[in-house]
Amino acid sequence: MGKVEVVNGVETFNGEGFQLAMLDKVIAVARANSVWPLPFATSCCGIEYMATMGTNYDVARFGMERMSFSPRQADLLIVAGTISKKLAPILKKVYEQMAEPKWVLSVGACASSGGIFDTYSVLQGIDRVIPVDVYVPGCPPRPEQIIEGIMNIHRLVKHESLRRRYSDEYKHLLTKYNLNEDE
Amino acid sequence: MSNPITSELLLQRLQERFGEAILQHESPYDLLTVEVAPSAAHDIIKWLKEDSELALSFLTLLGAVHYPDQEGREMAVVYHLHSLVHNVRLRLKAYLPIADPSIATITDIYVGANWQERETFDFFGVNFIGHPNLVRILNEDSMDYFPMRKEYQLEDATREDKDDRFFGR
Repeated sequence: MGKVEVVNGVETFNGEGFQLAMLDKVIAVARANSVWPLPFATSCCGIEYMATMGTNYDVARFGMERMSFSPRQADLLIVAGTISKKLAPILKKVYEQMAEPKWVLSVGACASSGGIFDTYSVLQGIDRVIPVDVYVPGCPPRPEQIIEGIMNIHRLVKHESLRRRYSDEYKHLLTKYNLNEDE
Repeated sequence: MSNPITSELLLQRLQERFGEAILQHESPYDLLTVEVAPSAAHDIIKWLKEDSELALSFLTLLGAVHYPDQEGREMAVVYHLHSLVHNVRLRLKAYLPIADPSIATITDIYVGANWQERETFDFFGVNFIGHPNLVRILNEDSMDYFPMRKEYQLEDATREDKDDRFFGR
């Protein structure tokens, strides 16, 4: 009795026939190691993400084996590439269709800020239509950088409150983007 | 085969047939470029396509150019035609006033002009009279201006974080 083990950031007390741990920490680690990504890839950053999915870089190592091409079963929206203004409402709809909890990774300069395409037809960063959790800079970023972005998403998933969506800050954020469910 | 169709012969035939509707001509980079009266552009293109000798029956391109400094003739609608039989190209230009940039559609001659005219409308606001579906094709539907007109800046107007000092402007 009283033996403390730390596995994957989760502290546990192990005894004979029982194990004690904080449930929210266990759930957070379970979530972080099974983030199902929805790749919303439009251009060269999407190619880099494909390399990240492939055998050399292999995001499957991080519990991301299954690319979810349905937003309903996805946890992480990976926006990789230039988003035109015409595409913005579609991106927003995809985000709305994802179930909580959900996170957004903005890959590359275009998704993060419009990049070199400072022009009338290109959305100047996806954070104009949906909230973003982690930005990955680069034009395009290498797979290592994308993986680092995913690691940062994992850190968020492990450490933020499981009930993030009920927090005032989160509700305020969604209100800012006109994404509230009640309305 | 009879006489090979050259640019000179093409111009001569056009002038014989349409006379005053042929306003100017030049040959930059050896491409015969003819300015025609906007009201006659449709008939000229139709005749060029149907004339069995010339057979300029391929519409390579249809577009527009905005010349903001040419008062009364700011909007140029440009047609590139190609005779696949004789391998001769021709560029037709019709200048329209910016206040009313209207010209007859050529979708009744070339079905392929449909999307090109929509694109030209989308970016320049040229009104193709008689076009079956003259609505925006590439830009978002809610756009309320014609972005390729020179009075509009190319950059996204909503950005505040780009300091001109860092961009050489």
